[in-house]
Amino acid sequence: MSQQNLESLDVEAIREEFPILEREFDGQQVVYLDNAATTQTPDPVVDAMSDYYRESNANVHRGIHHLSQEASIAYEEAHDRVAEFIGADGREEIVFTKNTTESENLIAYSWGLNELGPGDEIVLTEMEHHASLVTWQQIAKRTGANVEYIRVDETGRLDMDHARDLIGDDTALVSAVHVSNTLGTVNPVGELTALAHEHGALSFIDGAQAVPNRPVDVSEIDADFYAFSGHKMAGPTGIGVLYGKQSLLEELEPYLYGGGMIRKVTFEDSTWGELPWKFEPGTPPIAEAVGLHAAIDWLEDLGMERVQAHEEELAAYAYDQLAAEGDVEIYGPEGGADRGGLVSFNLDGVHAHDLTSILNDHTVAVRAGDHCTQPLHDKLGVPASTRASFYVYNTREEIDKLIDALDDARALFA
Amino acid sequence: MGLGSDMYRQQILDHYKNPRNYGELEDPTFTHIGENPMCGDEIRMDVKLDDDEETIEQVAFSGDGCAISQASASMLSGELRGKTVDELLEMDRDDVIDMLGVDISPMRVKCAVLAEKVAQDGAEIYQGDLDVEKTTTEDD
Ligand SMILES: Cc1ncc(COP(=O)(O)O)c(C=O)c1O
Repeated sequence: MSQQNLESLDVEAIREEFPILEREFDGQQVVYLDNAATTQTPDPVVDAMSDYYRESNANVHRGIHHLSQEASIAYEEAHDRVAEFIGADGREEIVFTKNTTESENLIAYSWGLNELGPGDEIVLTEMEHHASLVTWQQIAKRTGANVEYIRVDETGRLDMDHARDLIGDDTALVSAVHVSNTLGTVNPVGELTALAHEHGALSFIDGAQAVPNRPVDVSEIDADFYAFSGHKMAGPTGIGVLYGKQSLLEELEPYLYGGGMIRKVTFEDSTWGELPWKFEPGTPPIAEAVGLHAAIDWLEDLGMERVQAHEEELAAYAYDQLAAEGDVEIYGPEGGADRGGLVSFNLDGVHAHDLTSILNDHTVAVRAGDHCTQPLHDKLGVPASTRASFYVYNTREEIDKLIDALDDARALFA
Repeated sequence: MGLGSDMYRQQILDHYKNPRNYGELEDPTFTHIGENPMCGDEIRMDVKLDDDEETIEQVAFSGDGCAISQASASMLSGELRGKTVDELLEMDRDDVIDMLGVDISPMRVKCAVLAEKVAQDGAEIYQGDLDVEKTTTEDD
């Protein structure tokens, strides 16, 4: 779809749904550019959750009374809504977790610990978030499997020749980040999945930075597993999603046990209930599921193509403004269709933490550190970077404020 | 808005840009390394004691990091000279913040106390009261 034809987002109207963006510190309005860490939550999502608590709160699945029925339907329908949003076949393929990290761990424990052994290969990328990198590293240690990393080239993209070399008949799993939370790179996850499948391996895609800001269709990618978090997509904290192909989820052992997931329990043994409930024992995040449902409705009202176009426009603008500075080093690809809405950089001679403190004096909220990609920062040769990340309510003027504030850092550290 | 926060007063920037006692001692009595994983800062502290094995004669630091952790190490290296090991061990984060003479925002306190923690852990290892490879500010 040509983005020129898209009507752009009405940012002014959007901002009215986020009272937090009016907050001031020392008389200056907050400029929130830390959206890759967590996004702000619009009124309709907050309202949906408070309405749920005010009107429908009860435990799910096990009650016959009216309130429990209402809560159960709302909770179950949230699964349907997520399935529809990402192109899954139905609620059976949507497991609610706490966050992306838990979704990774669910597969690591359910599948990894049971299926992997010496000689098996887990192929990751050098730009994996610790959520997958640390998890698979530990699973490899316990099972005797090996971890290999697809190289990141000088432009911040995956070296696909290296990927083709690495992925072979010993490969059991390819786990890749869809959009890098540090480099902003949009990875060819469909191609990686096809490579995995050619060699009989599974693919796990970390979509924490993709689902919030672009149309994602898991059936088009053909991913076996796909994960993301509610709190990075205008939804609440405390809920994440694991998508899995039904045929695979059916075969997997649960990794958490307890109530609400069983078919039959005797003193001797238990059998598991239907998908997805067999992976959701205990009382689940019900209000959060309602909030996630509302967030998806809200985002689809905006239109995911338009959200993506807005993000790309801001990322390209930020990239160009920063690149024009001369004393700024930017990581990852230039702005364009293969960069998500974030830019990580360093200002010459100023440590990322000092820069971030100085930006905070201008109430510009950005993040400093390794963004949970420490090995990638080692490779880039820097201990930390500063990351500005955008969402639907951000504007060019806000990026200008960041750029202006760089002068203060220069003046102090010159 | 003035230039930078209260954190980046002249004295901090001066110590950052012109660190005192930067380098390594030839024959330190003890030496220790530590890091602040949040920033990726790493500092090495070398301490040489007097013949009385009590009084700190010389201190040097080396490493890389943000202005707060580096300035703190630089100031501490001067501050410790003439103090006893016990006095070093009695220092706490308030002493470090007093030494820096600026308001340290809560999220940056770990940067500020890194050098002090490294020196203290080095001393405790030397005294045989502690056994760690590397100090980290993560777990306090
Ligand atoms: C690419 C990526 N993967 C995983 C995560 C982990 O998400 P969560 O903290 O919600 O589990 C994040 C966010 O920090 C991320 O950016």
